[in-house]
Formats: sequence, structure tokens, C-alpha cells
Amino acid sequence: MGIKASSLSKSFDEGKTFALKNVNIEISQGEFIAVIGLSGAGKSTFLRAINGTNSPGTGTLEVLGQNVTTLSGKSLISLRKQIGFIFQQFNLVKSLSALQNVLVGRTAYSPLWRSVTGCYHAADVALAKKTLDSVGLRGRYDEKARHLSGGQQQRVAIARALVQEPKIILADEPMASLDPKLSEVVLDILAAVNQQKNITILVNIHVLELARKYAKRIIAFRKGELVFDGKPEALTEAILEEIYHVDKATL
Amino acid sequence: MIQSSDSIRIKYFSLRRCFTYVSLILAIVMTYWATVAVEFSATKLFEGLPYMKDFLSRMWPPDTKILPRVLTDTLLTIQLAWVSTIIAAVISLPIGFIAASNICESVWLRRVTIFFLNADRAIDSLILALFFVSAVGLGPFPGTLALAVHSVGMLGKLFADSIESIDPGPVEALRSAGAGKLSTIRWAVWPQVAPHFISYFLFRFELNVRVAVVLGLVGAGGIGFLLTQYMRLFQYQKVCTVILVILVLVMTVDYFSSKLRRSVL
Ligand SMILES: Nc1ncnc2c1ncn2[C@@H]1O[C@H](COP(=O)(O)OP(=O)(O)OP(=O)(O)O)[C@@H](O)[C@H]1O
Ligand SMILES: [Mg+2]
Repeated sequence: MGIKASSLSKSFDEGKTFALKNVNIEISQGEFIAVIGLSGAGKSTFLRAINGTNSPGTGTLEVLGQNVTTLSGKSLISLRKQIGFIFQQFNLVKSLSALQNVLVGRTAYSPLWRSVTGCYHAADVALAKKTLDSVGLRGRYDEKARHLSGGQQQRVAIARALVQEPKIILADEPMASLDPKLSEVVLDILAAVNQQKNITILVNIHVLELARKYAKRIIAFRKGELVFDGKPEALTEAILEEIYHVDKATL
Repeated sequence: MIQSSDSIRIKYFSLRRCFTYVSLILAIVMTYWATVAVEFSATKLFEGLPYMKDFLSRMWPPDTKILPRVLTDTLLTIQLAWVSTIIAAVISLPIGFIAASNICESVWLRRVTIFFLNADRAIDSLILALFFVSAVGLGPFPGTLALAVHSVGMLGKLFADSIESIDPGPVEALRSAGAGKLSTIRWAVWPQVAPHFISYFLFRFELNVRVAVVLGLVGAGGIGFLLTQYMRLFQYQKVCTVILVILVLVMTVDYFSSKLRRSVL
């Protein structure tokens, strides 16, 4: 179980540049990992490789016992439904209610007729409501997503991921479009489910202090390469300089 | 170096200017030619004025006795427009999804579909009406068919365009949650496009009411058919009634349709 990448590489331009370059990493179930790096370093690409939304690259990537790089169709769907994804832009359907947006996380668990008609099983609806309660949106079930604030929308999106009862949650800069106070709310929720439900969390973070505060392990990418993997305390100035320095050639 | 680039620029400009003058002269010549071809004549227009006045005076006052008959046929025109728009919408729905690049992965299938939509739009509904009249006979049915077929071209294209311009975020979210294609369309695409579809449907209905009037002229039923009959019999006061009713019809439909469209979007 867990996640294991061996010599994982991914290029979007047939090998001229690499978004992921020879990445080797092992992540066990229940870890809370912050992913850092400059813009374009490959953080999003790494997360999207884990749930197979990027077309597979080379090397092997084992997630929850399956090799993602060879999966397709049904088996890819059955992997994805165990992985929640949280986006920077929330990616809610704005004209639907909070509850309807959360129930989207149950489609992969429901028969086709139920998910298409929206007649979800009562147990699914109850779970969705309970999950909305748990992220502090009790009684807001029927509110349209577009009428919620940014922070509330992101909590709906978190509920949508949680309702999948996932083993892994991937969060791609989930706080980047929220103000700093709300960032902590989002990370508090993720930390809580990590503790209580032993869900593996991988979160891309721009703000270093937050990464340090919440993660027990930090990994850093630079130009697709994994340049740091360790405890937050091990992040020295010299290493940070290596991760974050901007060389003139790339500008 | 500088000199040569300058001289190239001057040459380019003079070439451009030459081209502008030539096109301008060409446009004037063509316009003159076309004016002659259509036998445009101010004197004829002037000489025609008394006849126009005569025509108009013979139309007044409108004959209100035929109003029940006119209203019955107006209703038929509206029904014709409505049924044809419904048929077109039902056909256009799947076609719109097939023609949208973010839904249909087969480039080949998409191109063929778009080609047919373009071809369909290019064929005027009047031509289709003539075709269907000769196929199924006079009456509202060929008109309905003509309008339905012609409307698919426009609705299919508009549906496809609005599907292509959705926010891709929800689609990505559904996909990431392991949702299948149908569920993704249902929950990520449909809620975003449905208001636009309804708006386009109403707009097409509005157009179809107007076209349905004209289609009556070639025998495809409705109020337009009545209009041609009275024209042939030189019953200008009845013609006047029909024209006034058409005017009210078109304005009423426009008014309500645009009000409805504003409320759904
Ligand atoms: N779909 C794509 N098509 C082409 N190139 C891509 C695609 N996605 C990512 N890339 C490229 O891969 C590299 C890594 O991008 P990625 O989005 O993973 O970076 P990131 O670390 O998430 O950056 P940011 O902090 O800006 O989100 C970049 O050079 C980017 O241009
Ligand atoms: Mg990114």
C-alpha cells in the first residue's frame, strides 16, 4: 500500500524538458507530506501522476498496490475513487447546491442510474450531510455554490473529497486563492482527517511556514527532480537556496 | 543595414497603398455594374409612388370579419414553429456533444458532424420547404420538417460552442473522483450549459415563428399561406388584417422570448 515511485519521469514535449525527472520516493499510508518548489517545478504534475490524470510517463508508480502507469478504464476509475483531489480553484459546479457538489464524490460508488438521475442512496446523502457538518457547513446544504464565500467553497470541495472515503488526499495549493487565515482552516481540516482517519495527505504549498508547521515530511522539486526529502527541521538555508534560487538561464 | 530595411518598408507601404486604390476602384466598378444589372431606376421608383399609394389606400380599413380565421392560422403558425423547434432541439442535443472538442475525442467524427451542421445551415429553410412540400404535399407538415431540419444546423453549432466554452474545472474534479463519462457530462457539463441551451432554444423558436410565416408563402401552412391566398384574390383589406396580425405576433413572441431568455441566463 502507500505510494512508491521508481525512476518516474514525465515530459510534455517529447523529452526536451522534464516535468518529472527520475523521481524515486516511498510514502507510507497515513503520512502528511508537504510538496514545495518553484513555479513549474513539477509539483502539480507529481500529484496528477498519482491519480493518473496525467497520461503516464516512464518508470513505475505504485499507488495503493496498483501500477498507475499501466492502468486504464475501469481499473483507473476504481483507483481514483479511493483518492480525493482538492484544487486551488475549488472546481465546484457553481450552479449546484453544496450538497449536490459533495454527492459528486459518491458517483463512482453508485450505480450509473443513480448518479445520472441524482437519486443517490439515502446512506450516501446522509454521509454527504455528515461530512458537510464536519467541515463546518451544517445547515448550508441547499445553498448554491456560487453564493458561498471562497473559504466555504473550498470546504465544500474538501467535503467532496472526504465523502469518497479516500485512502489518499491530494491537494494542489488548496489555500492559494484564500486569505492567510483561511489557509490554516483548510490545513487544520486536512491535519485532522490525517490524524483521525489515517488518510495520506500530499499538499502542494507555496508558503514555507505553513509547510513547516503542518507537515511531518517535506519533499521539494526543482525542474522535475526531487531535490529534498526529509523532516522540516532538516530544511537548512543552503537547501532552501538550492530549491528556490532562480538562475538567470531559466528567466 | 538601416538603409535597406527602410527602403523595404517604403516599398511595402507603396505596394499596400497601390492595393488599396485598386480595390477601391474595383469596388466602385462592381457596385455600378450590379446597380445596372438589377435595373435600378430612380424614375421608375418615382413613377411607382402613386401605385403604392393606391395599393395602400385599398388596404384600408382592415377587414376584421376574417379575424377568427386569421387567428386560427396564426395559432397554427406558432404550433408549427414550436414543434419544429422541439424536434430540432432533441436532435441537436446529442449532436452538440459529438461536435464539442472537449467531449468527443474522435477528431474524425467531430469534423464530419461539423461539416453536416455547416451544410445544413447553408441550405435555406425555404428551399427545404419546397423540397418537403413536393415530398409530402402541401400543409403545415412539410413546413415543420423544413424548419426542424434547418434549425438543427444552428442549434447544434450553438450547443457545441457553449459546451466547448465551459469551465473545465468541474470536469477535472469529476474525473479525479472516478466518475464515468456520462456522470461527468450530467454533473459537470450539463449544469453549466443548460441555461444557454434554453436560451438558444427560445431564440430559435423566435426565429422559427418568423420563418414559419414566410414558409406559408410556398404552401407550407399557417398564416403565410392565408396571406398568399388573399393576395391572389386581390382582397387587400383582408391582406391588411393578416399583415397587422403578423406584426403583433412577431412583436409579442420577441417580447416574451427575450424576457424569458433574460430570466434563465
Ligand atoms: N498539460 C501540460 N502540457 C504541457 N506542459 C505541461 C502541462 N502541465 C505541466 N506542464 C509543464 O510541466 C512543468 C511542471 O509543471 P507543474 O504544473 O507540475 O508545476 P508546478 O510545480 O505545479 O508549478 P506551479 O507552482 O506554478 O503550480 C512546467 O514546465 C509546465 O509548463
Ligand atoms: Mg501547480
